[in-house]
Amino acid sequence: MTAAIPGESNATRGIPEVSQPIAAPAAPRLEWRVATVIEVREETQRARTLVLNVPEWPGHRAGQHVDVRLVAEDGYQAQRSYSIGSAPEEKTIALTVERLEDGEVSPYLIDVLRPGDGLELRGPIGGYFVWDVAQRGPLLLVAGGSGIVPLMAMVRHHMLADDKTRARVPVRLLYSARRWDDVIYRDELARVAERPEVEVSFTLTRDAPSDWVGYRRRIDRAMLQDVCWPAAETPRAYVCGPTPLVESVATLLVEAGYDPMRIRTERFGPTGS
Amino acid sequence: MQVEQMRLDGNAAGGMLRELFARDVTAALATCGGCGKVGPVGALLEYGHGMGVVLRCPSCDTVMVRLVHAPGWLRLDVSGTSVLAIPDTISVS
Repeated sequence: MTAAIPGESNATRGIPEVSQPIAAPAAPRLEWRVATVIEVREETQRARTLVLNVPEWPGHRAGQHVDVRLVAEDGYQAQRSYSIGSAPEEKTIALTVERLEDGEVSPYLIDVLRPGDGLELRGPIGGYFVWDVAQRGPLLLVAGGSGIVPLMAMVRHHMLADDKTRARVPVRLLYSARRWDDVIYRDELARVAERPEVEVSFTLTRDAPSDWVGYRRRIDRAMLQDVCWPAAETPRAYVCGPTPLVESVATLLVEAGYDPMRIRTERFGPTGS
Repeated sequence: MQVEQMRLDGNAAGGMLRELFARDVTAALATCGGCGKVGPVGALLEYGHGMGVVLRCPSCDTVMVRLVHAPGWLRLDVSGTSVLAIPDTISVS
């Protein structure tokens, strides 16, 4: 292997053509880039999806996130992480943001940004909470609130795989939300659930429509027993949501016999929520 | 002003850690200097604040990583981490 710099002769640069030591290559430097908002989609009353075109986007893996930075005129900076909801196969990236009423960043992203506006971000970030359909199944996804976003990237990635691959990776998704109106990606999840290899279950913890046939409580041991893959099938589990939900679900899964190394978690939320 | 006092996890610190490390370290295994528990950096508890990040052991609450932006310096304190094992796989992140 020789070191070649595209468009330039190594000889003219005085770089000898020698073998390179083989090591895991360093990932490209994480640079701040200015993305352009292409589309804003209303998902729920409190959540919007921003579809972004990012110049020289290197591609991402399902589950990764970006850091978003806002800089005020006086130089004050606020930075937050947002999960990517779109599949790696797509050329643009989609961030779904839920408004925190006292937030510094989310109200701007939801109320102010319009198509054509720029947004400073860096990414993709993360090598732990990531999943690829080549990892085989079965796959268990557990979401609380906007914790559905990185899991949706996994679902969409799965949907775009070929039939044979998809059949090898059955997916079960359990999604906990306060009320039906807070459920993000409702219509798409209904379509996804029509696939034989995907099962989607919902639980509504605060209000449920009178004709609701799904669960109406916080996720507990009995619900996980209904929904989860048996531990003997060596499933992988990804759990994303507010810290208390993630901690309780991860603990229950370990108690149900899941291999802790196959449970991956991502938490968010205000302290003490 | 820091109205969203967030407690997240090591995943969210991935961007800041990439300012220091050439590779993603959220999948790296960190050994707690307090209780000896081994787990992925992504699963450590993060306490974010304006100037940086603190990562604590989810088992015993020991502060394992402190990363602080101070004027003119980026300061990393890993005295609470005894070993950081970074997987040798090729990462696209």
